[in-house]
Amino acid sequence: MREKAIYFMGTLGVLILMRNLYVILLQLGDEMQQGAIYRIFFFHLPAATTACIMFAIALVASAGFLITRKFAFDTAAAAATEVGFVFATMNMVTGSIWARNIWGIWWTWDARLTSMFILWLLYLGYLIMRPAIEEPTQRATLSAVLSIFAFCDVPIVYYSIQWWRTQHPAPVLTTPGAMDPALWPPLLLNMLAMLLIGLTLMMVRLRQERVLREIDSLRRYAHAI
Amino acid sequence: MQTLRSVFTVAHKDLRSELRSKEAINASFSFALVILLIFSFAFDPTAEDTRRIAGGLLWVVFAFAGALILNRSFAREVPNDCLDALIATPIPAYALFLGKAIASFLLLLAVELVCLPIFGIFYNVRWAVQFLPLLLTLALGTWAMTMIGTAFSALTVNIRLRELMLPVLLYPVLMPALIGAIELTTNLLNGEMLSGNNITFLKLLIGFDIIYTALSVALIETVLVG
Repeated sequence: MREKAIYFMGTLGVLILMRNLYVILLQLGDEMQQGAIYRIFFFHLPAATTACIMFAIALVASAGFLITRKFAFDTAAAAATEVGFVFATMNMVTGSIWARNIWGIWWTWDARLTSMFILWLLYLGYLIMRPAIEEPTQRATLSAVLSIFAFCDVPIVYYSIQWWRTQHPAPVLTTPGAMDPALWPPLLLNMLAMLLIGLTLMMVRLRQERVLREIDSLRRYAHAI
Repeated sequence: MQTLRSVFTVAHKDLRSELRSKEAINASFSFALVILLIFSFAFDPTAEDTRRIAGGLLWVVFAFAGALILNRSFAREVPNDCLDALIATPIPAYALFLGKAIASFLLLLAVELVCLPIFGIFYNVRWAVQFLPLLLTLALGTWAMTMIGTAFSALTVNIRLRELMLPVLLYPVLMPALIGAIELTTNLLNGEMLSGNNITFLKLLIGFDIIYTALSVALIETVLVG
């Protein structure tokens, strides 16, 4: 059942993405000011939303572990963080390419870019710390605490700097009329596609972790005999 | 009241053992001096440059010096299983945490207050113009660093590569407080009053301190006891 769900979600995500690629690359025209490069937006923003959703899942799962002490939550938190990290990287790389084209620079210490980079570093720390702890219960507990610490930082960084001007454009999604209506469907569908692919990857990771734990317990059992 | 006394006892114990051995404070202070020396060659700053980057320089020095002190905070309890004994004492985990945090706070603030005039001499910066607001900034920034740093010191005390993990985890989480402290320090060293934009930075620092003090106190029992 679970296997089928993984295959289904993955296939659905890829199909939507392919259909979107056709629309984005062949049907939509170039943008007036930016030319062809604006199409990277359809990957830049969905990567960011997927990453944020994954980190939120990791936060909930971490809190879940601390409350229930069930290892399934720890596994979910780790898997979500890993996948979220990949999407956050994708967001920064596409953003950097876009910036090079439009602003002429790869990177600037603008509020939005800085806060994203800090977010990325926080979860990098999480991923580095996990394998450094041998004992499973301790690893799960400390990772969960760190995940909560990390997530609390994000809104602070984000809001603390909204009072200053940024080079990164203002949010286009929440401002009415900021975006051509024709761009909405492919954007939303791309968000869905990326989220589906992210969830698929996360479930694959979950299965790996479960198998790993099973092997571990079998090995211990064999040693015991 | 009882809790306050426990906090005071733990802080007192930490400070006394530190003042007898002086290992963390000596290492931290000499490390700060070395970094100040390296910076003077890295930038070869003119008076104008120095004024612009003064806050950044100072807080990089403080952050490095702080990591050394904070690393010791829980690591010093590892030999002879002192940490287990401390956890077994009949005081709440947050009292233990606050005691240790306050001890580190005082030590780090002392290092900073010695570094400040030395920085003034080396880089020809007049640091006493807005001394009281500057002191407030140092205290708030250092409080942020010691709160998170002590919590992470407890978090990393039993894992491999402890000395490396602490800064890797600490600095990104600390970033908002560091940004506020750096901007505020630079402006105050340039003789600006505590108003306008500076109030915003001050609010950022205070908000950060409140959030992370609450979070650390709430989670420390989980970290120490499991």
